[in-house]
Amino acid sequence: MMEFSWSVLADPNTKWILMGCMLLGLMSGMIGSFAYLRKQSLIGDTLAHAALPGICIAFMLTGVKSLPLFFIGAFVSGLIATYSITVITRYTRIKADAAMGIVLSVFFGIGIVLLTQIQHSPNGNQSGLDKFLFGQAASMIHSDVYLMMGVSAVIIIACTLLFKEFKLLSFDPGFARGLGFPVGLLEQLLMFFLVMTVVVGIQAVGVVLVAALLITPAVAARYWTDRLGVMVVLSGVFGAISGVIGTLISTTTSNLPTGPLSVLAATTVFGFSILFAPRRGVCAKVIRRIRGNEAIRASERMREMQRQDIRLRKEESL
Amino acid sequence: MEFWIIVTGALVATACGILGCFLVLRRMSLIGDAISHSVLPGIVIAFMMSGSRDSLAMLLGASVLGLVTVFLIQLFQQSGVQADASIGVVFTALFAVGVVLVSLNARQVDLDLDCVLFGEIAYVHWNTMSVFGIDGVPKAVWILGITLLAIFLVIGLFYKQFKLCAFDPAMALACGIPVALFHYLLMGLVSMTTVASFESVGAILVVGMLIVPAATAYLLTERLSIMILYSVLIGITCAVLGYYAAAWLDASIAGMMVTVAGLLFVVALIFSPSHGLLMRWVKRRRLVGVEA
Amino acid sequence: MNQRNRGSEVSPLTVEGLTVAYQKKPVLRNVSFEVPEGKLIGIIGPNGAGKSTMIKAILGLLPRVSGETEIYGRPYKEMRRKVGYVPQRESVDWDFPTNALDVVMMGRYGHLGWFKRPGAKEREIAMDCLRKVGMADYAHRQISQLSGGQQQRVFLARALAQNADLYFMDEPFVGVDAMTERAIITLLNELKAQGKTVLVVHHDLATVKEYFDWVMLLNVEMVAYGPTEDVFTKSLLHQTYGGRLAVFDHEDEAILVDSR
Repeated sequence: MMEFSWSVLADPNTKWILMGCMLLGLMSGMIGSFAYLRKQSLIGDTLAHAALPGICIAFMLTGVKSLPLFFIGAFVSGLIATYSITVITRYTRIKADAAMGIVLSVFFGIGIVLLTQIQHSPNGNQSGLDKFLFGQAASMIHSDVYLMMGVSAVIIIACTLLFKEFKLLSFDPGFARGLGFPVGLLEQLLMFFLVMTVVVGIQAVGVVLVAALLITPAVAARYWTDRLGVMVVLSGVFGAISGVIGTLISTTTSNLPTGPLSVLAATTVFGFSILFAPRRGVCAKVIRRIRGNEAIRASERMREMQRQDIRLRKEESL
Repeated sequence: MEFWIIVTGALVATACGILGCFLVLRRMSLIGDAISHSVLPGIVIAFMMSGSRDSLAMLLGASVLGLVTVFLIQLFQQSGVQADASIGVVFTALFAVGVVLVSLNARQVDLDLDCVLFGEIAYVHWNTMSVFGIDGVPKAVWILGITLLAIFLVIGLFYKQFKLCAFDPAMALACGIPVALFHYLLMGLVSMTTVASFESVGAILVVGMLIVPAATAYLLTERLSIMILYSVLIGITCAVLGYYAAAWLDASIAGMMVTVAGLLFVVALIFSPSHGLLMRWVKRRRLVGVEA
Repeated sequence: MNQRNRGSEVSPLTVEGLTVAYQKKPVLRNVSFEVPEGKLIGIIGPNGAGKSTMIKAILGLLPRVSGETEIYGRPYKEMRRKVGYVPQRESVDWDFPTNALDVVMMGRYGHLGWFKRPGAKEREIAMDCLRKVGMADYAHRQISQLSGGQQQRVFLARALAQNADLYFMDEPFVGVDAMTERAIITLLNELKAQGKTVLVVHHDLATVKEYFDWVMLLNVEMVAYGPTEDVFTKSLLHQTYGGRLAVFDHEDEAILVDSR
């Protein structure tokens, strides 16, 4: 099968798609690691679901399928979604998890209502909007890949330039505010990148699974390092590898959508990391716990013996 | 046919409304979300093995997968992954497995992905099944009925345990209540409900019916028993209104049910006499007025 | 330092070699003691000394590395009904949709067994317990609308409803008003008068002498344990708190400031 995939690479169109998915994995991995550290992993999931009504409305208003327009629609509905979550958690006793669940499902419900409306309309079938649910990298055209390249270039450059700021934001936003950083602006910027990644990603992997590209590589990377810089790069690399593997299998095997395959590739990386990473991995931990409990018991025994020794000596000296 | 669609919707709403309250109170709404996605491979595998859509095997297979989901999420959390990240990793991975399985067996498996996601409540009456000599009742209604019966039985018998586990798990454990058992029992019921509702409302909208009515009820009352009652009533209202709105607009029924649920939530959010934004605002104004 | 209870009766609680560890680090090391019946016992020590950890380990809420505990000479699992527990107030979500009376009734759940539902009898007991902590007027108030002190009293009433012989209380005095503090202390003395034993995790060194018969000084290891007048001394406190304690001598009386 590998040979087959190499021959496929000769096809220029496949090269473009491969390039696009790799870039997508790279940038979602990078942005995802900041989201993970800010404990906002599932925000990506919420944004992806919330993007659907925005995309549908953009299509209904203009009647054309164009990525920049979809992006604007998704961005607006993503902003409304995040704002709704903030309002619900701040002004009621409903906790963050339920607020996210409410926003996610209600926005998606509205999106599906709109989607069925579009499908029932005369030019609905050409919209190709149904492809957005599971993604189809093969349906990407050159201009889509150009846009992806543009977006990922912006994100990679921004993450490099603003690394220090994002790091502080993820670690201690209160302190960052104290230092005079425009925390609100930085948060908005990070959210903006997140929305950008999600919208671009929906095309390739679909609404339901785009969250995985943000979460899974970041969690896997966290297992290998304690340094943020390394983690961001590693997460990007994991994401890129997953994107490439997913696309390769998807283009060589008929019928298999890219999204789930990329996600499974990322999950495999995660599974390997959680098992075998040094120090944090399960294997390392099990070994350490067995040794650790033994060590604690042994040191207690030692202490006890020493204490008795001292007591004996005291008694002798008396 | 209209009648059976509404009955199906109301059964889904009742089952989800009861369980949703416990999910919302235990801060596990997103675990409900995860389960509703990750039962997909269970359904597909059971479908491939039994070769039919009718079997209880599907219900069983998917329920098992729901429990596996919960177990994996906890496992990853214990090994140091953040709670919501571990939810995200697990459900996307299992859902991806499900989609791949469907795609690989597209010819044998007559499972439409769109149907899995959004449900086909409009077609429930096409697929009837006779049980105990009663004819003409849709299969979905039978399965949902069984699920609801299980929920009534388990929650009814162990209401006090579920309540204490939700409010103060440490105390429950100290009292000798097997907290983990009740946790998995609840998760098992959520999985069962998800599967039973799957064909009628679809994976993502089950979540909506689980969380949104329960959260709306949470804004309206101070008693758990009344919260459950409200949650069920709100859910049924969503089912009925959603059906008529969908028929009127010629749109997805399941999508419309959740949209109505969202609308009702917004109404409660603003106008709830105890927790609404309007009352907060009025109270604050009054406070300012007293001080002035 | 360990004083053994010489009476023929079984001690309410014996702990032998209890060690608890998070990851690799022991947070409680080889603690052994025996609790005399009918005493109020304060558990004192700096933050991270393992006070709450010890209670949770005894109640089986945390796994232990080693050690044995017995309640009235039997394993805890068999003696659950003899034990009441007041967890830290922050450990639960006070937005839970329920009222004060209902929370107190939860104290009866352990006695009800698997299938029985709480009824009129439980309601009566719960009302009685609320009255004892001066919260009868608030029985039907939603718990999030209670003040911190009132919430603490509801928790105490719930423990009373458990009708136990041995109580564990985790920082009941933290963040409560003066009235609640007095109510708690009256209640503790009442329990003592009924021959019940209470272990209290406590933070305020200034009130230790006044409140407790016995004191346990804990800092990962047990520093000292015994009647308050023997144990609550400047030198032993220094040993427990190390440099974190400032002691000002003021007219024969030591004012102790735990500067954490």
